[in-house]
Amino acid sequence: MLGEGIIKGMAETAKNFLGSYHDPERMVTVQFPEERLPAKEAARSFPFLVFDGQDAEKGLRCVACQICEKECPPQCIYITKSKDKKPDYVGKAQFYPAVFDIDISVCMSCQICVEVCPFEAIKMDNDVELSNTDRFGGLLLNKQLLAKPNSHFHKIHPTEADEVDGRLAAEKAKVEAKAKADAEAKAKAAAAGAAGAPAPKPAPKPPTPPPA
Amino acid sequence: MTTGAEQPPAVEPIPSAPAPAPEGSGNPNFTILPKDATDDSDGQLLEVAMGPQHPSTHGVFRMDVVLDGEKVVKLKPVFGYLHRNHEKIAENTTYLASMPYTDRLDYFCSLTNNWAYALSVEKLTGLQPPERAEYIRVITAELTRLVNHTCLIGFLLQDMGALGTPLMYAFREREWILDLFESLSGSRMMCNYMRFGGCRVDLPAGWLEQARKVVDSYPAFLDEFETLLTENEILVARTQGVGILPADLAVNASITGPMLRASGVNYDLRKVDKYGIYDRFDFRVPLGDHGDTFDRYMIRMLEMRESVKILDKALRDIPTGPIMDPKAKIRGFRPKAGEAYGRIEGPKGELGFYLISDGSPNPYRYRVRPPSLINLTILEDMCLGQDVADVVIILGSVDIVLGEVDR
Repeated sequence: MLGEGIIKGMAETAKNFLGSYHDPERMVTVQFPEERLPAKEAARSFPFLVFDGQDAEKGLRCVACQICEKECPPQCIYITKSKDKKPDYVGKAQFYPAVFDIDISVCMSCQICVEVCPFEAIKMDNDVELSNTDRFGGLLLNKQLLAKPNSHFHKIHPTEADEVDGRLAAEKAKVEAKAKADAEAKAKAAAAGAAGAPAPKPAPKPPTPPPA
Repeated sequence: MTTGAEQPPAVEPIPSAPAPAPEGSGNPNFTILPKDATDDSDGQLLEVAMGPQHPSTHGVFRMDVVLDGEKVVKLKPVFGYLHRNHEKIAENTTYLASMPYTDRLDYFCSLTNNWAYALSVEKLTGLQPPERAEYIRVITAELTRLVNHTCLIGFLLQDMGALGTPLMYAFREREWILDLFESLSGSRMMCNYMRFGGCRVDLPAGWLEQARKVVDSYPAFLDEFETLLTENEILVARTQGVGILPADLAVNASITGPMLRASGVNYDLRKVDKYGIYDRFDFRVPLGDHGDTFDRYMIRMLEMRESVKILDKALRDIPTGPIMDPKAKIRGFRPKAGEAYGRIEGPKGELGFYLISDGSPNPYRYRVRPPSLINLTILEDMCLGQDVADVVIILGSVDIVLGEVDR
């Protein structure tokens, strides 16, 4: 019969329409500004800089190695290295970024900066409500705007943050254990030397190599 | 009076002026313009520029059509409005940095684009993705195929005038799959997920169960979609016998993908090349008989059912283990000099990346073989003699994404 297919299709549409009233599974949309779906853990928008502790200036993990600046596909990261050094999380003196700007009007949220960073210093935020009235200055984020505490990272990507913290703690423990062992060996050698042995003193150990 | 007759007239007639209209032939103020000798029209043809802002052109794409009444006499596809210099950018950045740009080629199928690019770099360097990564690639690629074909049918129906319902149904289902992509890669469309020698991150907890739920519910959706569409008399009347692409012409024009198979040529790279681990899956390649728009519509429906079969098996068999080749490295990636061509069966056809390396961190030459562009070259042959309203449907059934056509 001509028109049978159309009628069947109409029945399907009617089923969907009526179904949306009694079956919550069929209601697939939410009323956005009032209702929000929970953000996915992996969701990403734009990068931010992680800092440890309370002070953003002191605890910033970034050491201004500029790898992300070089690898960034749209070249939207601008870094200037500092002249002086400050201690990082294991206590080693490192440079820090005097200037760290990200132009988020250029950034394409590809996450490559996060992947290439050897210091776990740059991570992806999941904030998407970034509208601004100033399209030049407002979208060029500087170091102060980019720096966010580690607790923020834990809040948005808990699994990844735990992994990163574990890795950093293990590294720190390794460095500390090595420093302790070195100190003990030095003390032992000094004690042996003080005992009056004629054997020549072993050469002092070089300082601990920087973590890879 | 003889002298007066020899004098030339005061006003010379313009040589090319048309002959005055014969008495009683209508408005004396209206004269038909002289025919241009170089124009092959007989004065009855109308040239129309469809696009670049036409709603049915799937992006910024223009068709210069010459119409004789409703019939198409000539059609010239004009593209390049979305050209972004993708290949040249890739030659000036590192290998890894062009991975996010491949997402933006065919923005409906970023994961298959990633795979094609990763595959060619793996051929160049000899990296071998581990078992689990291969399974993840197959799963994501087949999910991408579902997304692409579902949305394509929605858009095709919208081009036919079914504004809303089929496209909304398609987008409803697409959303479940995009949710999977987001929880896997962090982004719904610009996934940037595959890496040379594996994948970026492992599947998050509960992802496989969620994917299983989506895949299990998909055949029911396809049934619903087919009840809605396949037997619809309007769809059948509008598509059957429209835009026929003969098999020999398709082969000569190097058409690939569902369009080629709709013309009855059995060529699917998943069967021919057996790249990745596709030799482990049992699936059939649907073929069309007539090569018309209805066959191209139906091929997509049938392919989705085969994809569901592949997904079913892949989700069951996926092993545990690493997801990256231990030899792969992220920083300081420099393949040795050489060349490679990696190709996969994308949802739109054969998607290939040709790379020449000279040992530096950037490729020396980077070339994309875009299925959308090459499938589009045949548009005029399919449209000649058709109505102008059918041109829109034929273009819809070619399945183009302008991001890939123009690159």
